[in-house]
Amino acid sequence: MSGNAQRKRRSTGRGSWTGWHDPRLRALLLQLLFLAAVLAVLGYVLHNTLVNLESRGISTGFAFLSTEAGFGIVQTLIDYSETSSFGRTFVVGLLNTLLVSALGILLATLIGLLIGVARLSPNWLIARLAAAYVEVFRNIPLLLQIFFWYFAVLRTLPHPRQSLSLGEAVFLNLRGLYLPRPIFEPGFEFVLGTAVVAAVAALLLKRWSRRHRERTGRQVPAGWIGLVALFALPGATFALTGTPLDWELPSLTGFNFRGGITVIPELAALLLALSIYTAAFIAEIVRAGIIGVPVGQNEAAAALGLRGGQRLRLVVLPQALRGIIPPLTSQYLNLLKNSSLATAIGYPDLVNVFAGTTLNQTGQAVEVIAMTMAVYLTLSLLISLLMNWYNARIALTER
Amino acid sequence: MRHQTTEGSSQRAVAEALRPPRPSRNPAVWLRRNLFSSPFNSLLTLFGLCLLYLTVPPLLQWALIDADWIGAGRADCSGQGACWVFIGDRLNQFIYGFYPHGEQWRVNLGFALLALLLVPLFIRGFRHKRPLLAGLVLGYPLLAYLLFYGGVFALPVVETHKWGGLMLTLSIAFVGIGLSLPFGVLLALGRRSEMPIIKAASITYIELWRGVPLITVLFMASVMLPLFFPEEVTLDKLLRAMIGIVMFQSAYMAEVVRGGLQSIPKGQYEAAEALGLGYWRRMALIILPQALRLAIPGIVNTFIALFKDTTLVLIIGLFDLLGIVQQAFADPDWLGFSVEGYIFAGAVYWAFCFAMSRWSQRLERDLGQGSQRRAGR
Repeated sequence: MSGNAQRKRRSTGRGSWTGWHDPRLRALLLQLLFLAAVLAVLGYVLHNTLVNLESRGISTGFAFLSTEAGFGIVQTLIDYSETSSFGRTFVVGLLNTLLVSALGILLATLIGLLIGVARLSPNWLIARLAAAYVEVFRNIPLLLQIFFWYFAVLRTLPHPRQSLSLGEAVFLNLRGLYLPRPIFEPGFEFVLGTAVVAAVAALLLKRWSRRHRERTGRQVPAGWIGLVALFALPGATFALTGTPLDWELPSLTGFNFRGGITVIPELAALLLALSIYTAAFIAEIVRAGIIGVPVGQNEAAAALGLRGGQRLRLVVLPQALRGIIPPLTSQYLNLLKNSSLATAIGYPDLVNVFAGTTLNQTGQAVEVIAMTMAVYLTLSLLISLLMNWYNARIALTER
Repeated sequence: MRHQTTEGSSQRAVAEALRPPRPSRNPAVWLRRNLFSSPFNSLLTLFGLCLLYLTVPPLLQWALIDADWIGAGRADCSGQGACWVFIGDRLNQFIYGFYPHGEQWRVNLGFALLALLLVPLFIRGFRHKRPLLAGLVLGYPLLAYLLFYGGVFALPVVETHKWGGLMLTLSIAFVGIGLSLPFGVLLALGRRSEMPIIKAASITYIELWRGVPLITVLFMASVMLPLFFPEEVTLDKLLRAMIGIVMFQSAYMAEVVRGGLQSIPKGQYEAAEALGLGYWRRMALIILPQALRLAIPGIVNTFIALFKDTTLVLIIGLFDLLGIVQQAFADPDWLGFSVEGYIFAGAVYWAFCFAMSRWSQRLERDLGQGSQRRAGR
């Protein structure tokens, strides 16, 4: 900055060249200077990195992705073994991150919606309880909550032989939660097919009923008919095809349970902490959104003769959503990014298996960190785009 | 409420004659109105009471009534309730980490000084907040560093790997808060700049850091920063963590400040320009004082997030409050007291965050009053 000031003084002193007084030229010079400085720093960093990597005997490039990983992972959604490559490790980690994020977003939205509405309840006790929930959980660091659920709660569950059980089908112990796994037998595709047909029919009915109402003013309970069809049709097919569905129950063999679906305690702890923590923020967003709708809207809707549920569904919620969606998006993004805290308790997410184990084994710090960051950036961008698209659809169309 | 909505000029006399009935102070009426107004509401109330009954008495029983408070070792805990002896035994470590006992007065002095300097900021009538704040952000960290690290004034050196516990948490939080705000302001100004290269660079920086988790930034700071410098340069682990946190949080701060900048009417920018002020003076004297005031609630929220995020440094091997509590569970003398430890650490974090959020709410209210008065004039 002082160099610029000096040059400025010199140029005005000479009086012959007044280019420095042209703001556009000045801006251009300043930016070129800035760009040169940034490039110089980047070049310096790149040079140092290459020198350092060479002196440590680490080759750059992504060739390591195809070499054998040599370590196992507790939870894999695709086939994976110790002989799989680091590239496969990356995919396994990514899928685990996506799994916990998707489940977390779903749970956090449900809990948050519930708590947010409860905070506005006319019931004094319920409103206070919801407020206490929000104040407690959003002011305690997420990592502490994850540790609490994992080390203080789930680690104190009984050993497999003394498992807590629910009717010989669901077992809970130190090693995780064991659920029955559905086995689809031939004939089940008919049930699925009917379900799809029922869903399409319900949607068509809904559209027809709206047009019918707009034309004649008469209401058809399309929603209820559709809902019944959605359950009754596949149910009937299920019975007709001879119940083509079986359950594989988990059973105690030796020291552990085999069969069924296993929810590892790391996943459970992470999911609990993530959804409880994020729900506190979502609750506040929901509350602010609903408060943001003027009371007059509700009163006007009542004056039009709409019932309580209709008022909420047709008048209040669509307007509240406009205020809710943008901050909700950033909460979803936070949840996705916070899922990386998995590494602290050993849930095999992307950061744990890739930026942790893979980095330690290969030493390819630059490539591994860059790939990890790129994944999160891409996912953030995707969620943003999706939510922006939804936001644009429900946004207020002004004159 | 009602007399306001039906108020018309001709009805005013009537409305004033018939004041709304005072809310009843009868507890039975209050109960019926707030807890049992409808069958559904009564059900909800019963559910809430049931929830309270199931959780609160056992918790109190465990944490207060059956708990053991005084003692010297594990043997003094009956195992019936909470064992707060564990916390008492480790309290010194939880606060100072591995800082030598004989030198802990330096930490006390440093934080007492900070508390003393912070107090005037919370006094509504205090005039010299701005110079004090500048001194706090620019001068205090250096002073605290010299005091904590030593090496000057005949103070023995205490290496940063001996720092830990609450002291480390507060140090990281303070540096993070003090540095991310000025960087955030610069980035926000850059993002709103009319120079395309500066703007593009700011946007890239902000969106890059906002799109990735803090853990990856800390990993980057701990494994990649050493690669970025010549081999002779060794960066302290704590310093690397602080660099990571400041880089990350300043991106969030920038977005909050940008929100403030955007809500300043264009006329203010034009008026400042018409006064013949240069860019920096326009920003420093006219725009930023207004924008930062509007952004205060968001800024404090970012402070709270930063404070909670300091716990992540334990993943790269620093012993902050949570890290040192977690580490204490591994002590074979004190196995099985993790719940007490987490509750203690949680209470400390909660107290700091809750205090900050209440402070931000008060500021919001105070500032709101100011603008309302101005609008009414």
